[in-house]
Amino acid sequence: MKRIAIVLLVALLIAALPIAALAEADKPFAGTEIKVYNWEDYIDREVLNIFEEETGCHVNYVTFSQNEDMYTKLSTGAESYDVVIPSEYMIQRLIKEDLVEELDLANIPNLENVLDNLRDPIYDPGNAHSVPYMWGTLGIVYNTDMVSEPVTSWTAMLEKQNGKIFMMDSMRDTVAIGLIMNGYSLNSDNADELEAAREWLLNQKDSNVVDGYILDQAKDMMAGNEAAMAVMYSGDALYAMEKNESLAYVIPDEGSNVWVDGMCIPKTTQNKAAAECFINFMCRPDIAQMNMDYIYYSSPIKQVVENLSEEELASTAMNPTDDMLARCAYYVDISSFENANLYDDIWMDVLM
Amino acid sequence: MKRSWYATPYALWMLLFAVVPLLFVCWYAFTTPEGAFTLSNFQEFAKPRYIGVVLRSLKLALYCTILCLVIGYPTAWFLAGRGFNHAQSLVVLILLPMWMNLLLRTYAMMTLLDDNGVLNAALEALGLGKVHVIGTEGAVLMGLVYNYLPFMVLPIYTVLKKMDYSVIEAAEDLGCNPVRVMTRVVIPMSVPGIVSGVTMVFMPAVTSFAISTLLSNGKLRLAGDLIDYIFNQSSSPNRWNIGSSFSLLMLVLILISIGFLRKVDPDNEGGGMW
Repeated sequence: MKRIAIVLLVALLIAALPIAALAEADKPFAGTEIKVYNWEDYIDREVLNIFEEETGCHVNYVTFSQNEDMYTKLSTGAESYDVVIPSEYMIQRLIKEDLVEELDLANIPNLENVLDNLRDPIYDPGNAHSVPYMWGTLGIVYNTDMVSEPVTSWTAMLEKQNGKIFMMDSMRDTVAIGLIMNGYSLNSDNADELEAAREWLLNQKDSNVVDGYILDQAKDMMAGNEAAMAVMYSGDALYAMEKNESLAYVIPDEGSNVWVDGMCIPKTTQNKAAAECFINFMCRPDIAQMNMDYIYYSSPIKQVVENLSEEELASTAMNPTDDMLARCAYYVDISSFENANLYDDIWMDVLM
Repeated sequence: MKRSWYATPYALWMLLFAVVPLLFVCWYAFTTPEGAFTLSNFQEFAKPRYIGVVLRSLKLALYCTILCLVIGYPTAWFLAGRGFNHAQSLVVLILLPMWMNLLLRTYAMMTLLDDNGVLNAALEALGLGKVHVIGTEGAVLMGLVYNYLPFMVLPIYTVLKKMDYSVIEAAEDLGCNPVRVMTRVVIPMSVPGIVSGVTMVFMPAVTSFAISTLLSNGKLRLAGDLIDYIFNQSSSPNRWNIGSSFSLLMLVLILISIGFLRKVDPDNEGGGMW
């Protein structure tokens, strides 16, 4: 009996060998590679390993810190990427300039998982070119120990506080605040309105209230009690708040920006099928959950939203109310605006 | 084979990665995005904000050079001294920070100078109270000096080391006091080293970037940051043209400064760098 068992076992093993080998070869994209170009600090790297494990496709992962940087790299065409994850206004521009492929949605069935209100967006009708990855808002993070009043308005950024105040090293987000404070749309193409925004921002700069224009350092500075107030994206705000209980996040009453970062496939892609497989993979609930838990931004995946805890549901940064969202707007692509150069000009005046 | 042929790899390298790119820069600087000749790219820089950035860069580079000289010369003099046996190991120590990437060094500097950083913790422990450095011009200056000091010490050290000590002894025998030995003999003889050091500090300092942005929290940007911004982030369709013209202007500025220094050291004895 024992011998039979051993023989059977050996036979099974021998039979299993080619099956295992087959399984390896069965991985749909074995031996291929995709290059993913994403924001800094914007993924749980573990999911890349899982993707490689499941598909056999190697992920070459590179990062950028601003949409504009990403655009420069992409538009010169010097390097080829397979998946890029820019914001909505940049997606609009990439579509307009024919730099991204039309997606074969049949390869991305998990698009079904995306929240209805983020499907078929105005910047990309029918999700023909992009699938939402994360979304969020722009607001102010403040330290309740250093700032007395609860902050409700952008004007708080004009007053000296008991600590440092940081604006953002980002053209669109900074000019937007100048426009909003003058009561104008954050997508203005009117020279007078933009001049008013310039004046507001330069006033703020010259009054020496602002301690700097920074991006990724802000969350650590807020978390480490090194600053009183900073303009920040909602996910970075949550990250800082997780580490420091005295912090609060507000979407100011005057209004702000709501944004969506979407996954697109540039025209330079060498491996479109694998890229679509990657986008589909990123929309899988378990993967989206991993990413959200890691980077603290709001996932657009239904199953993840249904799983939010009480605390997360109550958080302005994770789950803004409809009221708050009603006063926020998407950015639109300004590259074809008559006064597009003014945005640049204002920003240079602020920076230099 | 003629001896000059041995330099062929270097010549090819320079041709490919210095001369050809420079020609590209010149081409872009004098053309529109469509390729037509124009001088309008240069007009852009008559704007006050650009002049302000250039003046700030020149000012900080000048301060940096002076500080490096004031700190570096005595150091080099000490190292080159006859009675000092550990010069070699100390020179290695001076070079040590340069084994690390410039950006890493600057990030370390941020942590050191931060309001709640190492420097302030030390000052507090000594009961001296805090100083606010990060985000100021002083922080940028400290970053520049820290990064470029070795370039000042080394050429001066080399010249002083080669100096004939009997000259100093002769000066002493003939009645010079130590101060006059320094001002009348040592310093004049080390001018080539000073010129070389000043050039090697001033040039990279005036075009430096990233150091200024990081240490000033993005408030004080220098010419290098401006060029970086124009090329990488500007949404202007002729950003390459404007960026190139500005690069060219900076190049001319540097050439002029070197021209001045050449007048001081016409024989180019400072290690033959330029």
